[in-house]
Amino acid sequence: MQTLRRTPLFDRHVALGARMVPFAGWEMPVQYEGVIEEHRAVRTDAGVFDVSHMGEIEVEGPTARDLLQAALSNDIDSLEPGGAQYTLLTTEDGGIVDDLIVYRLEGFRYLLVVNASNRDAAYAWLKDRELRGSDVRDVSDDYALLAVQGPRALERLGLDVAKPFTFAMGEIDGVEVMVNRTGYTGEQGVELACMAEDAGRLWDAVLARGVVPCGLGARDTLRLEVCFPLHGNDIGPQWDAISSGLGWACALDTEFTGVEGLRAVKEHGPTRKLVPFVMTEKAIPRQGMPIVGLGEVTSGSHSPMLDVGIGMGYVDASASKSGTEIVIDVRGKPRHAKIVKKPIYKKEGA
Amino acid sequence: MAASESYPEDLLYHHEHDWARIDGDEAVLGITWYAQDSLGELVHFEPPAEGATIARDASYGEVESVKAVSDLIAPLSGEVLEVNAKVVDAPETVNEDPYGDGWLIRIRLSDRSQRDQLLDLAGYKKVLDEQ
Repeated sequence: MQTLRRTPLFDRHVALGARMVPFAGWEMPVQYEGVIEEHRAVRTDAGVFDVSHMGEIEVEGPTARDLLQAALSNDIDSLEPGGAQYTLLTTEDGGIVDDLIVYRLEGFRYLLVVNASNRDAAYAWLKDRELRGSDVRDVSDDYALLAVQGPRALERLGLDVAKPFTFAMGEIDGVEVMVNRTGYTGEQGVELACMAEDAGRLWDAVLARGVVPCGLGARDTLRLEVCFPLHGNDIGPQWDAISSGLGWACALDTEFTGVEGLRAVKEHGPTRKLVPFVMTEKAIPRQGMPIVGLGEVTSGSHSPMLDVGIGMGYVDASASKSGTEIVIDVRGKPRHAKIVKKPIYKKEGA
Repeated sequence: MAASESYPEDLLYHHEHDWARIDGDEAVLGITWYAQDSLGELVHFEPPAEGATIARDASYGEVESVKAVSDLIAPLSGEVLEVNAKVVDAPETVNEDPYGDGWLIRIRLSDRSQRDQLLDLAGYKKVLDEQ
């Protein structure tokens, strides 16, 4: 058995009474007080997640842009220094090696934040495609990453509102941080990157400002309510990016790995689609459950805000319209659900 | 609010973290504080049908938290007389009061001698010590 890795905040999680679980090779907090309470804290106030398990890959050099434009689905040329972009590392078939956010640190220097479970695969994928004049480095161990999310996150951290998908250097109670206007919850907020050795001080400073510690359990229900796909569940090499609903992150007028296949899918229309759904009777859908006659659930849980079972899954494109009634096979019992529009949960008045 | 840890003396226990309160030829069943704490806040109770027969040591239903699904193991055999509708509507009742309002089902016992195979509090505490 492989030893699980620990983030610099491991001792603090344990001291807070977190329930620690294995996740993507890491020992991570799944919850502190409770998933539902933490979920609501992020929707109504502010919560902080230790996401230091995520991978950071730096790509630097005069040809870094060429390497990334050829490997990533989105248009890297639309990214200015100080900007961030959601993008995909695609296979020859247009499948998804990983979904990630790329930050343009400087003219010739980029930082890619990748999923923990894909850190090695994403690094190897890029390293294999390294060009003369571009250097690919795995710098994951240098950084800690805290996501502070919720309608009061910026106020509690004393940060000004800024445009989503931008970043700036800043300081929180004496700790130097890269403040990224990104997140995985559908709420306003930031992701703070700091040097690994400063992680404890930053975490303490964030908690001292009344932000609620939240685990991976709430992170999953929050992202599912707003239909952000999870790599390994909802997206992966076996589904092309357009069928996965990520065509908006594919600049089909640029040349990148798998673009021909994606252009063809776009032209003919996908045969299956990733759709969100809500249960119309009491039951909780789970990953792997059949959507009877149409496909399979890729993510499912209970929505703490709507108090019903919710999920996402692939269905035949012919049955993918919102409003379509579907049946989920919940351990042998047929349970009804309805395909809805994204996001599943929307703030009142938003 | 989640209940604080407790295990009433007047109940009988099954090692799968279920309890039974026997009254004549009927019993009320539920899950222990340890079981609800391990699962976290419950969000779904899949009960058996009223009138169904349940068998000792076999699953008679399911409870689910956000992250997990758990079979409910019957500590005793019998016929289901009543399902706690309050828990169907508000599963978190089990977290708040696992031995009171958070009971799950009431059954008519099919074999009263089965009670002898259940654990008393001391016996169940030994099971907990081994977790």
